[in-house]
Amino acid sequence: MATAVHKVTSEEAAANPPPEAVVVRFAGDSGDGMQLTGGQFTLSTALTGNDLATFPDFPAEIRAPQGTLFGVSAFQINFGSTSIETAGDAPDVLIAMNPAALKVNVETLKPGGLIIADEGEFSDRNLAKAKYDANPLEDDSLAKWQLMKLNISQLTLDAVKPFGLGNKEALRCKNMWTLGLALWMFDRDRQPIIDWLKAKFARAPELAEANIAALDAGHAYGETAEIGGQVGQLSVPAASVEEGLYRTVTGAESISLGLVAGAQLAGLPMFFGGYPITPASAILHHLSRLKEYGVTTFQAEDEIAAVAAAIGGSYAGQLGVTSSSGPGIALKTEAIGLAIMTELPLVVVNSQRGGPSTGLPTKTEQSDLYQAVYGRNGDAPMPVIAARSAADCFDAAIEACRIATQYMTPVMLLTDGYIANAAEPWKVPDMSGYSPFPVRFLEEAPEGGFQPYARDEKLARPWVKPGTPGLLHRIGGIEKKAGSGNIDYSPENHQAMTDLRADKVARIAVPDQDIEIGEVGGKLAVVGWGSTFGPITQAVRRARKKGLDVSHIHIRHIWPMPKNLGELLKGYDKVLVPEMNTGQLKTLLRDQYLIDAKPLNKVSGQPFRIAEIEDAIEAALGADGK
Amino acid sequence: MNEMTPVQTTLKDWESDQEVRWCPGCGDYAVLKAVQRTMPDLGVARENTVFISGIGCSSRFPYYMETYGFHTIHGRAPAVATGVKLANPDLDVWIITGDGDALSIGGNHMMHLLRRNLNTQVLLFNNEIYGLTKGQYSPTSRVGTRSPSTPFGSVDSPASPCAFALGSGARFVARGIDVHKNLPNVLKAAHAHQGAAFVEIFQNCIVYNDDVFAPFTAKPNAAANQLWLAHGEPMLFDKGTKGIALDVKTLSLNVVDVVEGDWEGAGVLVHDQTNRTIAHMLVEMTGGPVALGVLYDDPKPTFDSAVIEQNRSASEGKTPDLQKLVSQGQTWQVTKQPHPM
Repeated sequence: MATAVHKVTSEEAAANPPPEAVVVRFAGDSGDGMQLTGGQFTLSTALTGNDLATFPDFPAEIRAPQGTLFGVSAFQINFGSTSIETAGDAPDVLIAMNPAALKVNVETLKPGGLIIADEGEFSDRNLAKAKYDANPLEDDSLAKWQLMKLNISQLTLDAVKPFGLGNKEALRCKNMWTLGLALWMFDRDRQPIIDWLKAKFARAPELAEANIAALDAGHAYGETAEIGGQVGQLSVPAASVEEGLYRTVTGAESISLGLVAGAQLAGLPMFFGGYPITPASAILHHLSRLKEYGVTTFQAEDEIAAVAAAIGGSYAGQLGVTSSSGPGIALKTEAIGLAIMTELPLVVVNSQRGGPSTGLPTKTEQSDLYQAVYGRNGDAPMPVIAARSAADCFDAAIEACRIATQYMTPVMLLTDGYIANAAEPWKVPDMSGYSPFPVRFLEEAPEGGFQPYARDEKLARPWVKPGTPGLLHRIGGIEKKAGSGNIDYSPENHQAMTDLRADKVARIAVPDQDIEIGEVGGKLAVVGWGSTFGPITQAVRRARKKGLDVSHIHIRHIWPMPKNLGELLKGYDKVLVPEMNTGQLKTLLRDQYLIDAKPLNKVSGQPFRIAEIEDAIEAALGADGK
Repeated sequence: MNEMTPVQTTLKDWESDQEVRWCPGCGDYAVLKAVQRTMPDLGVARENTVFISGIGCSSRFPYYMETYGFHTIHGRAPAVATGVKLANPDLDVWIITGDGDALSIGGNHMMHLLRRNLNTQVLLFNNEIYGLTKGQYSPTSRVGTRSPSTPFGSVDSPASPCAFALGSGARFVARGIDVHKNLPNVLKAAHAHQGAAFVEIFQNCIVYNDDVFAPFTAKPNAAANQLWLAHGEPMLFDKGTKGIALDVKTLSLNVVDVVEGDWEGAGVLVHDQTNRTIAHMLVEMTGGPVALGVLYDDPKPTFDSAVIEQNRSASEGKTPDLQKLVSQGQTWQVTKQPHPM
């Protein structure tokens, strides 16, 4: 084993104290199974009791040409004994399965961090594809990191030889060899992975055995004397978290479970209309397996049909739900207007991705906030809720179902590609702690006669299921006469109905805004929404450790906003709004409260790094931020 | 629909209190009357009946029916109807649409509704023009149609609604004429069919496309140009003096003369409404009469029944338990003391 000479300066070492947490990045070709490796490593890490966050970072192409820079797929995991909210800024360990994976990812590695590279893949051809003039494993270019080069390809072939696989199939076990080594390095149990492999390859036991042999060989490689010196086992103690039962969950799973729970709490069957789109399809996949919970899933012919069918489902008395990503939401927009006009419940999930147009299908962004709040023809107010993390999606989805059914309105639920794909530990909720909000359909005409557009104390109209005798009526997208719901174009009626639709949404009861970290009032509030929660929390925590006067406020209810939010924000000298867009919440806050909110924007398709926000906090507070 | 005791109603019961607002003389009035007249004969309950429409003159229809009604958005009635029917398959769903609504902006949804075979009735009011937007040519307008958007005449070939329906996999295809006395019978046959029943109704737009169908609908032209089909009956028209025969050399339908009622001798075909090939040929027939009535009727299992059945069978033996659901997957217990590594 060759190891590069260390040239880590004392400054670099001081900047990187021994971590309470470790960040590992698995990177390889999109066909190398890195997402699978990362996912399984995540599971075994969760089972060890570490808190963790992950960041799957993969190309839009299913199988990009082998060995190319744009075909690199990576999976990053941050785990540790403290509370983890982000996938980590800079990896401590980079596992590079080919030259392209090394080239794309090495600059993010911490100085002094460890590179494990499969030298078997560093052929002239692969080096050329990665646009390397010289083999970086052989020159000094990686000197500021620790380098461990192993011929993982050959070691894997040796390990699986007894199973008689073809060369190509045998090499596909490389990821398990690598996983085995990683499990050894971080003292993780192999058994859950072995169980998983046996289940996955139940119909091809020889593949299961070969993969297990590769896993064992990687583990054994670490354990035996073949690795020496600086690369030893790293023991990251379990995080001290709340007592209880835990599991890992991705945002897509959590949204799906939350929608099912929301429908059940409302006492309704769910009708889900969906159309395949990255990164929202996983929600359709999850829900299609949950039929016993009264869930009907319908893969429609397009995004418009998906939302229109969901509206039809709601009209017929189920909870209509549809889900998509930005481009699909754009297509659904006219139908969402119909749901606003006909005042039917509807939950619209937007798993945001980079835009405009097709944009960055597999990369994350928060750039659909304007679309959610403002993006419809006519004055068309609609509640908007944003989930902050994979685990939080569960409660956010329940909240969306509650508002939709209690107020007879469509609701937009915002998540993003990062939340949808990333896994994190989730304390399994105690369902008995959730109060039901049962829907009451109108079943007979009230005293004084039936009015389809009558109002209750929340300004909601009655929900009548077709099939109910005595309550025949017609609804539609043309302006409705207040009360009767008959067509009415008169000026005074349109004014009254427009005001009413706005009032109904404005009066929705949302909880008061609280402060995540910090105090009411002070020098600086960092205000976020959605998946920036992790990096903002960590950055504010670090800044406060340095004695800076900074607080963190994270908004779930984007529309209507919490009643106390304006006053709360006015209590700070400065307001900083980090967003993965060009300043959309910033605009909303300025518009609503006339405050001088300052933007911090990033639209690279990558989540914020903690340090980026930390720097912005320090810059905002100036030299004397205390 | 489940079998139910027929409900007694009259025509009046199906009229809503809304003022009908089509142009005086519009064919839509006749269709509305025909539907309201047909409903009592179906023995169905008003509260179980839902009319769903898109956008266009015809799509105002639901407001005038004393049933449940949903006037949706342009082209999307089939998609809304799909949600309604899957959420409550016991509802009797009628889709009201036009040539622009169903074949232009909503062509995709119509295709998928027909291929899925959603158990609904589709009434496509074909007037070969955009009426509500003041007279532009439509996807069914003939080449050369002069309109505000085609002042020199349209140049693109029209779509044939029934050919589109057959091509999309429809299992029931029929045609009627707005003012013709046979329309209620066509509607009854459509209602009796289990599955998506597609009915093209030739409807006269008195303002923007008056008399476009007169060559076969006007009284003097009717007998010689209308072929009313009946299952098991010979394809005769013009008071039995003419019939339709198969030319095996060109694989097309031809008009033949029938002398002294000897239609068999003339080789006239007997209509078999389950014969898909003949249905295609009747729709494509040029130069002869217009085929009317039930062109094709051959039911197969419906989408809604398949979805309901799969929902049922996939749920069988499983008890919904939210607590169990959220606790699925690999879990671990955290106790006060983090367990040792």
